[in-house]
Amino acid sequence: MKKPFLTSKTAFFALLAVAFFTLSIPNFAAESDSTQTKPFDANEVIIHHVLDDHVWHFWDGHYGTLYLPVIVYSSERGVDIFSSHRFYDEHHHVVEYNGYKLEHNHIYLADSGKAVLDLSITKNVAMLLINATLLVVVLVSVARAYKKNAGKAPSGLQSFFEPIILFVRDEVVKPNIGHHYEKYLPYLLTLFFFILFGNLLGLLPGAGNLTGNIAVTAVLAIFTFLITNFSGNAAYWGHIFWTPGVPLPLRPIIMLVEVVGIFTKPISLTVRLFVAITAGHIVLLSLISLAFIFQSIAVGAVSSLIVLFINLIELLVAGIQAYVFTLFTALYIGMATEEHDHH
Amino acid sequence: MELLTPGTGLIIWQAIIFLLLVLLLSRLAWKPIVASLKEREQSIQSALDSAEKAKIEMASLKADNEKLLKEAREERDKILRAAREAASRLQDQAQTEAKRTADKMIEDAKAVINTEKAAAIRDVKEQVAIFSLAIAEKLVRKNLADDKAQKALVETFLKETKLN
Repeated sequence: MKKPFLTSKTAFFALLAVAFFTLSIPNFAAESDSTQTKPFDANEVIIHHVLDDHVWHFWDGHYGTLYLPVIVYSSERGVDIFSSHRFYDEHHHVVEYNGYKLEHNHIYLADSGKAVLDLSITKNVAMLLINATLLVVVLVSVARAYKKNAGKAPSGLQSFFEPIILFVRDEVVKPNIGHHYEKYLPYLLTLFFFILFGNLLGLLPGAGNLTGNIAVTAVLAIFTFLITNFSGNAAYWGHIFWTPGVPLPLRPIIMLVEVVGIFTKPISLTVRLFVAITAGHIVLLSLISLAFIFQSIAVGAVSSLIVLFINLIELLVAGIQAYVFTLFTALYIGMATEEHDHH
Repeated sequence: MELLTPGTGLIIWQAIIFLLLVLLLSRLAWKPIVASLKEREQSIQSALDSAEKAKIEMASLKADNEKLLKEAREERDKILRAAREAASRLQDQAQTEAKRTADKMIEDAKAVINTEKAAAIRDVKEQVAIFSLAIAEKLVRKNLADDKAQKALVETFLKETKLN
């Protein structure tokens, strides 16, 4: 059932709204015929898209699905590597394989029902690898351009990325961290471009929802959390555990609040990025699903226009969320390393 | 809610790959990029600084030139003034010198004239004495004849003795 929306998304991104309707509606109709009784379930389609998966589904049909490798480890069975194709029979129904079963994207041992350590290259891991590769290729070529164009004006990719790098350095990192910003600059730049590229890749048709996955955002937030607290100076910890300038009886209460605050900062980072990106995808898919819920070309035409508009907003959101995550990380590091000389 | 229960695999992959990405990009991308940007900013800054310095130097050079010019002008005026003074002094000196010479010449001339005059007068006196004696001598000789003859003689002599 997810094929119509994927097709339509592809078409949309190519700005071929007409092609979208001529292609996806017959496909959708054909599929409804084969499944007969099952009505279109927008919720399932949408949630399926924003979640991680062991297969990468592009379109229906024999070649439309990329079966990704499954890597599992359990103390009972050791390491096992096989294609996720094994979990599906010829009718694309989930089956058990070799004593493993797949339930809601988590793999369990079929006999005991125990969860295994699942290190599979899932759709999001594949997206992560693509994102990382793209980042390395693009940014290393930009770095090379700096060597090649030493003493000259920037050119090509370099001149596209330079203002972004300068923006992150001069508007985000420097004002928040202060004079010792250079130590944190590589991390913050990597963070910014990882999120930006992840957000933009996620908007491509058929792409996985990498930066809208809470595991990804949580790991980024944990890195920020670790860096913040490991670089925290005496003043930072002093402010948390024994806030100066506060009446003595209040200090234990402030301490409690401050300690909770240490953890709410990464949690807010995690949730903000996850929600912003996932919500964007859900809105887009909901609007596209309208066409299939109402089974009307007119509704589809209108919703396509709205989707076009929302997509432009999503492009904006992709940049804003990368900016915000980096900004808050810089702010937290800046707060932890700030030199207090007012008392 | 499956959205909030991601697989542990993704967490592990994300942690490893992001860490590698930070290390790799720090070394291969950010270090050269940030260094080049800094270098370029410094070179621009130093170019601006040296331009500013050149401007200041230029201004001081111009001020120096003007000072030199002013000094030269003053020097010229001083020299001219001195020359003028010297010239007028020389002129005065020449005038007084000439006057003095002229005065001396006049005085000399006057002295010579006076001496000549005195000599001439003495000469005239001598001549008058001589003529007087001669007349007297002739008168005395004629007086011996008659009065009339005497008188005619006197007149004759007087006619003869034109003070030549």
